[in-house]
Amino acid sequence: MKSSANKVLLSGNHAVAEAAIRAGCHLYFGYPITPQNEIPEYMSEHLPKIKGGAFVQAESELAAINMVLGAAATGRRVMTTSSSPGISLMQEGISYLAALELPCVIANMVRGGPGLGNIATAQSDYFQSTRGGGHGDYRTITLAPCTVQEIYDLTQLGFYLADKYRGPVIIQGEGLLGQMVEPVELKEPDKKDLPPKDWALTGAKDRPGRMLRSLILEEGILEEHNWKLNRKYLEIEKKEKRFESFRMEDANLAVVAYGSVARIAKGAIKRVREEGLKVGMIRPISLWPFPGEAIRKAAEKVSQFLVIELSCGQMIEDVRLALAGKAEVNFYGRPGGGVIPNPAEFGRVISRNYYQKVRKAR
Amino acid sequence: MKKVFERPRLLKPATFHFCPGCGHNILHRVIAEVLEESDFRERAIMIAPVGCAVLAYFYLDIDVTEAPHGRCTAVATGIKRAIPNSLVFTYQGDGDLASIGAGETLHAAGRGEKVTTIYVNNANYGMTGGQMAPTTMLNQVTTTCSAGRSAEREGYPLDMSKILASLPGVCYVERVALTSPANVQKFKKALRKAFQYQTEGLGFSLIEVLSTCPTNWKLTPVDSLKWIEEVMTKSYPPGVLVDRKANRGDSE
Amino acid sequence: MLTKMVFSGFGGQGIMMMGYALANAVMKDGHEVTLLPAYGAEVRGGSANCTIAISDDEIASPVASAPEFIVVMSTPAFLRFQNHIKSGGMLILNSSLIEGETIREDIKVIPVPAGKWALELGDLRVANFVMLGAFARLTGLVALKSLEEALVSLFPARKAKLLELNQRALRFGYQTIEKEEK
Ligand SMILES: Cc1ncc(C[n+]2csc(CCOP(=O)(O)OP(=O)(O)O)c2C)c(N)n1
Ligand code: SF4
Ligand SMILES: [Mg+2]
Repeated sequence: MKSSANKVLLSGNHAVAEAAIRAGCHLYFGYPITPQNEIPEYMSEHLPKIKGGAFVQAESELAAINMVLGAAATGRRVMTTSSSPGISLMQEGISYLAALELPCVIANMVRGGPGLGNIATAQSDYFQSTRGGGHGDYRTITLAPCTVQEIYDLTQLGFYLADKYRGPVIIQGEGLLGQMVEPVELKEPDKKDLPPKDWALTGAKDRPGRMLRSLILEEGILEEHNWKLNRKYLEIEKKEKRFESFRMEDANLAVVAYGSVARIAKGAIKRVREEGLKVGMIRPISLWPFPGEAIRKAAEKVSQFLVIELSCGQMIEDVRLALAGKAEVNFYGRPGGGVIPNPAEFGRVISRNYYQKVRKAR
Repeated sequence: MKKVFERPRLLKPATFHFCPGCGHNILHRVIAEVLEESDFRERAIMIAPVGCAVLAYFYLDIDVTEAPHGRCTAVATGIKRAIPNSLVFTYQGDGDLASIGAGETLHAAGRGEKVTTIYVNNANYGMTGGQMAPTTMLNQVTTTCSAGRSAEREGYPLDMSKILASLPGVCYVERVALTSPANVQKFKKALRKAFQYQTEGLGFSLIEVLSTCPTNWKLTPVDSLKWIEEVMTKSYPPGVLVDRKANRGDSE
Repeated sequence: MLTKMVFSGFGGQGIMMMGYALANAVMKDGHEVTLLPAYGAEVRGGSANCTIAISDDEIASPVASAPEFIVVMSTPAFLRFQNHIKSGGMLILNSSLIEGETIREDIKVIPVPAGKWALELGDLRVANFVMLGAFARLTGLVALKSLEEALVSLFPARKAKLLELNQRALRFGYQTIEKEEK
């Protein structure tokens, strides 16, 4: 039994809000959308009570993300949250945030799409988050929690990384994770070694004026700007890959899954292990940068990978890229917005894949 | 025996998903009744909003498309320009029209698009569980202004009908409170007139309906009607805000 | 061991409060726990339910396709959930409100007149915690004392009277079932 002395029960949505407030994010701009309304509601209740805090219900997600842009330009910590259709509307702003190198955290409690879809949980926004989403040559750090505690931790980490690398960070939540309630330890955020915000617009008192711009017409300068951004992305790829490795020590088959699906798959793996199947899991925690080496390295011992997603197959492309044909990659997925699979279902799929391979090998 | 009450033909045999006592229930029925008259049905194309009324296509047996949240009048513009002879109308909540879709609304009206908008004002975001809307009145409590809307914190409510009525491209704006059979008749009359003006090519028309949302107001259906009469109509007084044909003196 | 249960009734019966109280108590006792409220379209029509999973190991899914225990506080909840319960499981129903019998022969059905007992305490609104007390005794999943302590974090300090009443309700439900068992 673990110590639970300083734990509290929080829903995933409230954990996002509480983590942000404790990380010093006292500015929030957002627009209602299910299944994440508990976040703006919580913020509207708490932020006005904090000195210097502000909550604004924007007239749209388009406005919300640009309010975030403005607040981020002043160097203060700021966030917005939404769910899939709202995040789509924010893409223009996210492209500008990346171009202007402004730190902020954006949480997406993914729901079923495309279009209006429905409010049930899904993982169908993987491409949108990891490929930039808007126009231009940019990337957004994307962190995918699988428990409420991790939602809390990664939200705080998100603010840290946003400040460290100057850019928007996406917390890839899911409807289910936002709604569920779990014990959470309210840790204090890490703030060490962050660079000074010597770019922030605070009024040019006793210093030359500063500018934030993404319109770059001078010959060769836009290219230089993009190279600079690229160097930053390469550094992030080098330093900020995160994943969890579960029972990989003797595995013949490796499941690759993230978020809610990973926790359900973990239950499935425990079941099939009891039947003697040697199965493990690699769970990407950062979806971008994607922990490709970890998967490539696993392929030295594992010949079969099974990607499971609550979508028709998005992350599988990154797994295939990482493996570059070194191992067999299979897929099991269901479109989001429907039934939440259970460990028994995943267990059956894992066994089937496992034995098919063994039969082929004979 | 003479039938005095029957289901409008254009109302599909489906059960409304709306809460008991919700104004959307009445509006859908009345729209079906108006559309049954004359040749409206065969020309009508409706744009359903994102909001509690998104499922309009399950209930009305006419051509209906969905639009992204707030974009109804832009979609309406596209349809009307493609088929100028069609009868195009949007059905939008106050969040859809006055918040996220304020830009589209203002510009469709500004251009004088020959389309009609039914604007359902229930002073909150019904579908998402009762958050503040641009129409939420000062001191009104919602889930994102739990201390009551304050001018200082959340700012003042927006009266879109009033703003739109000032635009030259707008031919007709009327506000009705959906609180009694007599008022329902007023709405019917207004809708017929708006459709008529659209057919005559007079410009953009809009009917604002003060409509109940007992669930999020946390009132009984009966008290909700009272609340419209006693509270909402103070901020949003019913009546004709503009009628350019009548003003020109050549109305019927 | 992993145990899953569903609490269900209509909105206003304090179903989520029951879930929060139980989850809080087992958390303080050092167990893993998840609580999942039904959300969205499901909530329309005035129903309310939540699923709780308790374990000493990480919990894979907060969803329960076949829970061991189901508490139903209203007739619609009874009709909807009686078929979900795991074979050999236990259905605890609020017999003050629910009439009708289950067709299941493979489960244990325990009527608890939570409404009636709450009225004996002078307030129908505490039927939820009367039921939760009875639930604790019937399932042995959580100690009465843990639940009583968990309630402290659910009621703000200025509502001491309400806290006391609800704690009394817990004890009443627990002890009345205990007496009946003897
Ligand atoms: C881009 C986008 N943002 C947010 C939402 C969530 N959403 C659905 S309906 C709605 C507001 C509905 O309010 P209103 O227009 O007043 O209609 P009502 O339900 O009150 O009739 C919102 C914000 C969405 N579907 N899409
Ligand atoms: S939430 Fe309000 S607007 Fe929506 S159906 Fe219910 S009563 Fe009507
Ligand atoms: Mg509304």
